[in-house]
Amino acid sequence: MFWRMIFKTLVRQKSKMLMIAFTVILGVSLSTAMMNVMLGVGDKVNRELKVYGANITVRHKDAALMSDLYGLTEGLGVNDKFLYEEDIFKLKTIFWGFNILDFVPMLDGKAVLSVKGRAGVIGEVSLFGTWTEKHAILSTGEELATGLKTLRTWWEVEGEWLDEDENNSVMLGKNLALKNKIHVGDAVTLTNNGVVKNFIVKGIFNDGGTDDEKILMNLSAVQELMNLNGKISSIEVSALTTPDNDLARKAAQDPKSLSPDEYETWYCTAYVSAICHQIQEVIRDGVAKPVRQVAESEGTILNKTTLLMILITILSSIGSALAISNLITASVIERSQELGLLKALGAYNWQIALLVLIEVMLTGLFGGILGYFLGIGFAQIIGQTVFGSYIEIARMVILIVAVILFFVTLLGSVPAIRYLMALKPTEVLHGK
Amino acid sequence: MAEKILELKNVSKIYGSLKALADINLSVNAGDWLSIMGPSGSGKTTMINIIGCMDTPSLGNVILDNVDISRENAASLTRIRRDKIGLIFQQFHLISYLTAVENVMVAQYYHSMPDEDEAMEALEKVGLKDRAHHLPAQLSGGEQQRVCIARALINSPQILLGDEPTGNLDEENERIVVDIFRRLHDEGVTIIIVTHDPEVGDVAQRKIILEHGKIIDDIDQSATFGEALKLKGK
Ligand SMILES: Nc1ncnc2c1ncn2[C@@H]1O[C@H](COP(=O)(O)OP(=O)(O)OP(=O)(O)O)[C@@H](O)[C@H]1O
Ligand SMILES: [Mg+2]
Repeated sequence: MFWRMIFKTLVRQKSKMLMIAFTVILGVSLSTAMMNVMLGVGDKVNRELKVYGANITVRHKDAALMSDLYGLTEGLGVNDKFLYEEDIFKLKTIFWGFNILDFVPMLDGKAVLSVKGRAGVIGEVSLFGTWTEKHAILSTGEELATGLKTLRTWWEVEGEWLDEDENNSVMLGKNLALKNKIHVGDAVTLTNNGVVKNFIVKGIFNDGGTDDEKILMNLSAVQELMNLNGKISSIEVSALTTPDNDLARKAAQDPKSLSPDEYETWYCTAYVSAICHQIQEVIRDGVAKPVRQVAESEGTILNKTTLLMILITILSSIGSALAISNLITASVIERSQELGLLKALGAYNWQIALLVLIEVMLTGLFGGILGYFLGIGFAQIIGQTVFGSYIEIARMVILIVAVILFFVTLLGSVPAIRYLMALKPTEVLHGK
Repeated sequence: MAEKILELKNVSKIYGSLKALADINLSVNAGDWLSIMGPSGSGKTTMINIIGCMDTPSLGNVILDNVDISRENAASLTRIRRDKIGLIFQQFHLISYLTAVENVMVAQYYHSMPDEDEAMEALEKVGLKDRAHHLPAQLSGGEQQRVCIARALINSPQILLGDEPTGNLDEENERIVVDIFRRLHDEGVTIIIVTHDPEVGDVAQRKIILEHGKIIDDIDQSATFGEALKLKGK
């Protein structure tokens, strides 16, 4: 009987109930989308920002000093100081190793370039060797997949990227290639200190920066050409970091100024400075420096986005509660005669409140399920358009949305239920 | 002698400066059939509401089946009403989207358990078995009022209260309804009916006249009882 009444009321009041369902669909879809984006966005924003380059650079301490003091990026005291290639995998062993997403070694060099089939040489050009792609199994058993390809997602490449360990091909910066009319597929020769090597131009990249003047090779090819086996100039690291606070700034000045407790907190938080500190502990002679703007903006943007999404979720919940409360109250007032009659027939207040609540909850459930799936769709659209990637669907959102929905409908029903409680059957049944 | 089922002792209902009921004393025996008449605004509905546990008196006591209900709270009034009172209204008040039998079952639901067979039986008593699955809008006024009576009776109340139950009916339907009352009276149900219609008022065993919230006349009609408003053809 109860269910028959509920069902028939729902059917009879379908326009009003559809409005309620619609409100719920809107609210739930918005909240679902926002929460999924919010939970997925930490990663997404970071990955997005990573395209601006590595957020930590590790260099030899002397080279770093020269650059800090005199702004030197070349010459004696800079170009002749090296880090050890063998240290590089230790990055994954630091406390915050898990937060290190990608890293590549860099080795700078110079060589004389000439093109096969053309007379004479073009001249001395800068080269840099790195891992375009790198797959390795770490001593911890963890599989590593990194490479410049993931750090330079904005590159426009004509032709192809170098494969892992493809040591007889090179990629040319766009400016260098244009200036000298070198095309994909051309054969070139590089000469340094009597070492002569032949390469095929596999790709031409457009970085938009100074690298467009350079030649990109695999690390080992540069090491061979420069006779610098096992040596690297720097490491580019991309890491997920926590936004800096006062403690982090104090530590960045001098970690020794911290009390033991502070040090512990700092060390065990993924501040850029803490990660840099830990990198220096494993990379011999290395000095790790955050690339400031990027590292900081990552954290700030992340915080602001999260705040925005929470705000939208809260506002949409309040909006839904208000709309639902209006609709339910209107529906109850419209039916006050019928509900008064039920009271006259012996229904207790709570029974009538329950009747109305269940109607609303059923409608809410219906709208909630529809809204949830719609919200997942929205999340993907946001993911695709704003972050250019798929957003992982967090199960937790179902629970959170269900709880919010429950309280929103409950809260929205309060005015209607108060009206019901106060309703006197005599007032509505003897209506003249 | 028959036992008292209802007693009003010095009952008043006061709205501001208006005394809708002024110091009413009345006792009704179980199985009686009582008419309440009087001009508009004399307090008839107010009195029925108080007897029907839908309102409480401002002053005085109402004793229903040996229980003083004048100071009970809303929940226990609901319970007493549910168990002891059957209500019929002038405007019928059927739930428009439920069929006749379902309307009867609603009263069962809030009393105990819906039981379709029992509800059908009640409809049969008022001659509506074949209309049981129609919606109120598909029934005539007289038929709707008979559904109301079936609904009022379904939980076997001790007292049947009607506030102008025939007010919206034509003479033919009025007779049918009165005839049902007559049968209920024979079964021992106490009947209290407010009416403007002298003929309906005359059928009862006893008639009280209200004016300005006071009982101005109390007429014993047992001598003529049973004669007025017989169904035509019987
Ligand atoms: N809730 C209320 N608030 C104020 N005054 C009321 C209220 N209910 C009834 N009254 C007044 O009490 C008096 C008696 O009303 P009541 O409804 O009992 O009259 P009645 O005899 O049933 O009249 P009618 O024959 O027109 O139905 C009227 O003057 C009415 O205006
Ligand atoms: Mg009245």
